[in-house]
Amino acid sequence: MNPKRSNAIWGFFFIAPQLIGLLTFSLIPLISTFVISGLDWDGFSTPKFLGLENFTYAFQNPDFQKAMTNTLYYSVLTVPAGIFLALLTAVALNNVRLRVMYRLFFFMPVVTSSVAVAIVWMWLLNGDFGLVNVMLKQLFGVKGPQWLTDLHLVLPSLAIVSIWKGLGFNMVLFLAGLQGISKDYYEASMIDGATKSQQFWRITLPLLSPTTLFVTIIAVIDSFKVFDTAFVMTSGGPAKASYTMVYHLYELAFKNFQFGKSSAAAVVLFVIILVLTTLQTRLSRKWVHYAE
Amino acid sequence: MNTVKPESRQPLHTVKHRVSHRKINYPAILLHLLLIAASILMIAPFWWMISSGLKDLSQIFIIPPKMFPDPWVWSNIHRSLTAMPFDKAYFNSAYISICIVLGQLLTCSMAAYAFAKINFPFRNTFFILFLSMLMVPEQVTIVPLYVILKNFGWLDTHLSLIIPDSLFSAFGVFLLRQFFLGIPRDLSESAYVDGANMWTIYWRIMIPLVKPALAALAIIAFLGTWNNFFRPVIFLSTTDNFTVPLMLSTFKGLYVTDWTLMMSGSAIAVIPVLLVYLLLQRYIIEGITMTGIKG
Repeated sequence: MNPKRSNAIWGFFFIAPQLIGLLTFSLIPLISTFVISGLDWDGFSTPKFLGLENFTYAFQNPDFQKAMTNTLYYSVLTVPAGIFLALLTAVALNNVRLRVMYRLFFFMPVVTSSVAVAIVWMWLLNGDFGLVNVMLKQLFGVKGPQWLTDLHLVLPSLAIVSIWKGLGFNMVLFLAGLQGISKDYYEASMIDGATKSQQFWRITLPLLSPTTLFVTIIAVIDSFKVFDTAFVMTSGGPAKASYTMVYHLYELAFKNFQFGKSSAAAVVLFVIILVLTTLQTRLSRKWVHYAE
Repeated sequence: MNTVKPESRQPLHTVKHRVSHRKINYPAILLHLLLIAASILMIAPFWWMISSGLKDLSQIFIIPPKMFPDPWVWSNIHRSLTAMPFDKAYFNSAYISICIVLGQLLTCSMAAYAFAKINFPFRNTFFILFLSMLMVPEQVTIVPLYVILKNFGWLDTHLSLIIPDSLFSAFGVFLLRQFFLGIPRDLSESAYVDGANMWTIYWRIMIPLVKPALAALAIIAFLGTWNNFFRPVIFLSTTDNFTVPLMLSTFKGLYVTDWTLMMSGSAIAVIPVLLVYLLLQRYIIEGITMTGIKG
């Protein structure tokens, strides 16, 4: 057999399982999401073609608007604070003794099931007997709020849980980035008389910018996919105050069996995530510094 | 000729040594205090989970709260194990995760090997297709996936979780391809000259060379499937089929007022994973750092 043909056969043989998987469980579903978003369909009966009606419905639907604003707000609450804290701990841990031990503690929530985390934090944030409010009372004499049943506090509470859970993950990425910065820069700048803060602003931060971009993109995407904590801790409540985009598309599809409307919401979510990632990559060209 | 003798460096060294010993490094102590405080914030929820889980129901509402249970109510563990079939959920989660890990290791490494080492038609087109699928979150395609699995008759069976994840991981293919690319060409070429076919080269030569990457992928795939909640909650409906997170969430729905039971249930779900984490923490953290994926 000629080698060209043999290569072709072997090549397709090796990618066959993954290619079948990609088509069946990812590409066809993705295309179908767009198709179903144009239908009125409950998953059983004959679908009816609606065109863009599901989208016009979505943008007028108060639930959709609520889910959208909640998710955006949640993203604003989690991403900057989460990244700032992760950077701070990574810089603190970078050259410290017992780094491995601290890293072990910070990373523990990352490997823990989000459902277990949600349940434990429900107890911690319990308004009457939760450890957080009891400590507030004992240490500062402050009466703590009803974290998870207050309309204005429920999303910040979920954001705190998410920052706590994700801190170790973002931190190890920053740590890896910090380890990648050559010591030469610091030595050279020290000879030139640079202070620690100058070193941080002029060397560490610029050379860390590729990591920062990467961490930011992941954090933004993650914040838009929030579901587990809202589902377990608050069921989207009180009064839909913690109702998120993924919760919305879950409820439309698997509670109301409105597959078309759910897919329209999914398309919107997909477009938002795509636009945000592209935008971040574009904008980053100005400030991301790729070292040689 | 001009080599520095070790002796000539000696005095400088001892001076440095003495200085660092005498000086108390206040900033470093402050930093450690802050890090210890932060570590406590990270660990306290775990401690509170275990401690509350072993208390008597009357004890957990005491103010000020007790750090340790008194008495230790070990029967809570038994109560939560009998309240819900956690043992069954453990078995389900374990075997589903192991199947997916093995499946991904095989299929991803096969595809990655082809993309890195075999020159076949449309290779780049297919690879770009895989890469672009990295941008698609599972939440976006969940409705059609549900319909497809329903047509296969796999809903409420473990196949709905095992097959899609075993057969497709764009990330796994991408990760392993990077590693295969790093293997020099002459290795496989000499084997080829010796008459080995592609499968032998892949299985006997290539796979042993990318073991670290396979380990990283295995860890990420395992954590990802073990902790996944979104798919099980949609695909499974019979309690006997539940995975650990789904069982825990159902448990919560039933016993929401009994905090001791909820905490012991959570502890049962979390502790085995944490033990594995403590044993393998270096590999787990390195694997996740290397790839930038939580699982």
